[in-house]
Amino acid sequence: MTIDAPAWRDLPRRPVDAVALEARAKELATRSIKAASQAAAHELTIRCMDLTTLEGSDTAGRVRGLCTRARLPDPEDPECPPVAAVCVYPSLVSTAVEALAGSTVKVASVAGAFPSGQSSLELRLGDIRAAVADGADEIDIVMNRGAFLAGDTDTVVAEIAAAKAACGAAHLKTILEVGELGSYEAIRWASMLAMAAGSDVIKTSTGKIGAAATPPIALCMAEAIREYGDLTGASIGLKLAGGIRTAKQASHYLVIVNETLGTSWLHPDRFRFGASGLLNDVIAQRRFRATGRYTRFSDLPVD
Amino acid sequence: MNEMKTYKLYVGGAFVRSESGRVTSVTSVTSDDGEVLARVATASRKDLRDAVVAARGAQPAWASATPYLRGQILYRVAEMLDGRRTSAADELVRSGWSKADAAVEVDAAIDTWVWWAGWADKLTQVLGSVNPVAGPFLNVSTPEPVGVVGVVAADRPLADLAGVLAPVLCGGNTAVVLASAAHPLAALSFAEVLATSDVPGGVANVLWGDVGELAPWLADHADVDAIDVSGAPDGLRCDLVERSAGNLKRCAATSGLRRPQTAGEFLDLKTVWHPARV
Repeated sequence: MTIDAPAWRDLPRRPVDAVALEARAKELATRSIKAASQAAAHELTIRCMDLTTLEGSDTAGRVRGLCTRARLPDPEDPECPPVAAVCVYPSLVSTAVEALAGSTVKVASVAGAFPSGQSSLELRLGDIRAAVADGADEIDIVMNRGAFLAGDTDTVVAEIAAAKAACGAAHLKTILEVGELGSYEAIRWASMLAMAAGSDVIKTSTGKIGAAATPPIALCMAEAIREYGDLTGASIGLKLAGGIRTAKQASHYLVIVNETLGTSWLHPDRFRFGASGLLNDVIAQRRFRATGRYTRFSDLPVD
Repeated sequence: MNEMKTYKLYVGGAFVRSESGRVTSVTSVTSDDGEVLARVATASRKDLRDAVVAARGAQPAWASATPYLRGQILYRVAEMLDGRRTSAADELVRSGWSKADAAVEVDAAIDTWVWWAGWADKLTQVLGSVNPVAGPFLNVSTPEPVGVVGVVAADRPLADLAGVLAPVLCGGNTAVVLASAAHPLAALSFAEVLATSDVPGGVANVLWGDVGELAPWLADHADVDAIDVSGAPDGLRCDLVERSAGNLKRCAATSGLRRPQTAGEFLDLKTVWHPARV
């Protein structure tokens, strides 16, 4: 397998000032967001959302239900935009493709022995090819953390490059699983490697372990994207997943992305939230703005 | 200790300042020079929203606790208030009450908590029923908590508060209380009693602020299942009832009357038909 990417050995590996990073992320999260901007942020949050269900108990019916919500997130408000994508396991891709036919909503699938990635490369690539053959527009794979932590950078890059090749026309999102990497420096370095290996998007976490996206981690990865862009001219996307449950949290992440990468990243092609619970909170905020009354959460769908 | 205390709101089992940052100075009614007794965090609609979220989160576990346990916990509230009898009365005296009135107020509140503690495991027997039906069925009606209840407490900070809060908790509901506008200190000190009485965090949330500003938000809030408006000022009560109708909220004015039907205002009667022989 050949590496069809900028030579990763030429990439700068920088130390990260954790204190400064956390202070900057905190400062950005204290910005007050005025009502009109809040409205825009909620709209954007929905348009940039990968509505996700990744449970062992997922059924075709559940995925169809999710797809219905993806098309029209708030049935009481036809003006509500659809989400960016629905994210499911490979076995349910064809169900999602069918349910989303004729809409702008894309089908994303995790693949490659998600969430651990601990199986042979051939099996993982086969998983990806099968999901793409079923019609997935976007593939979320996990980086080989075992190889990364063991210092086997060649393997990490080669596997992602192989996955990119297996994706064909589909977009590749590489999950770093930041909670398992140990330090901001490692997260930044993993981001650079994943981008150099050909990822279209880098993603924080699987959502399957406790530690997930945090504002400093989002900032760290956004800074890596900015630096990679400066070096190569590429515009790599960012996907934040895990632990983002409220519209307010989401707005703060949008501030971080906007301040670090600029307004051109505030677009579903370059930025995504991977979440399931977040949508209800955003809908509740929209309804509050429309009616001036607080919403009953049990009136909203459970998933 | 002469340091001035800042009284805080009680939301989700924690004592918090208002999200708005607002603080009101409470002045002594007994001294002419307007001596400031304490500062009180003054709730905004967002504190109210947070309190409702806390109450909603705490409700399923409180409702599924055994009525016996709820009774024990309400009794514990009475015990803890009894233990603070002197300081609670002193606080009222500093707010301008006579010593005698203050003692009566504290005693009345303790008595009310004990009274409702006893009812926790008896409401089902008294308010529920086995219904005669024309068919081979066992037909049973049983009272179940409506969920989150908003309470606008009347002026007496301990007795009135006990009178409207205890029956709500007794039946398995959780509460968001707008405390006595006139006497914030005693009401918010009482929250410290709640916090130390095994009442799970979020089950009873105590806010203080401008009732005219906050109560409409409570009545409009679609995630509040019922509201007791008996403590609201006359001019406001009608408005609250109207707003409650707008989201099909159950609306009561119990005046804290000590009778099981007061708790019944916040209970739904659920009826099941069960085949008589299976």
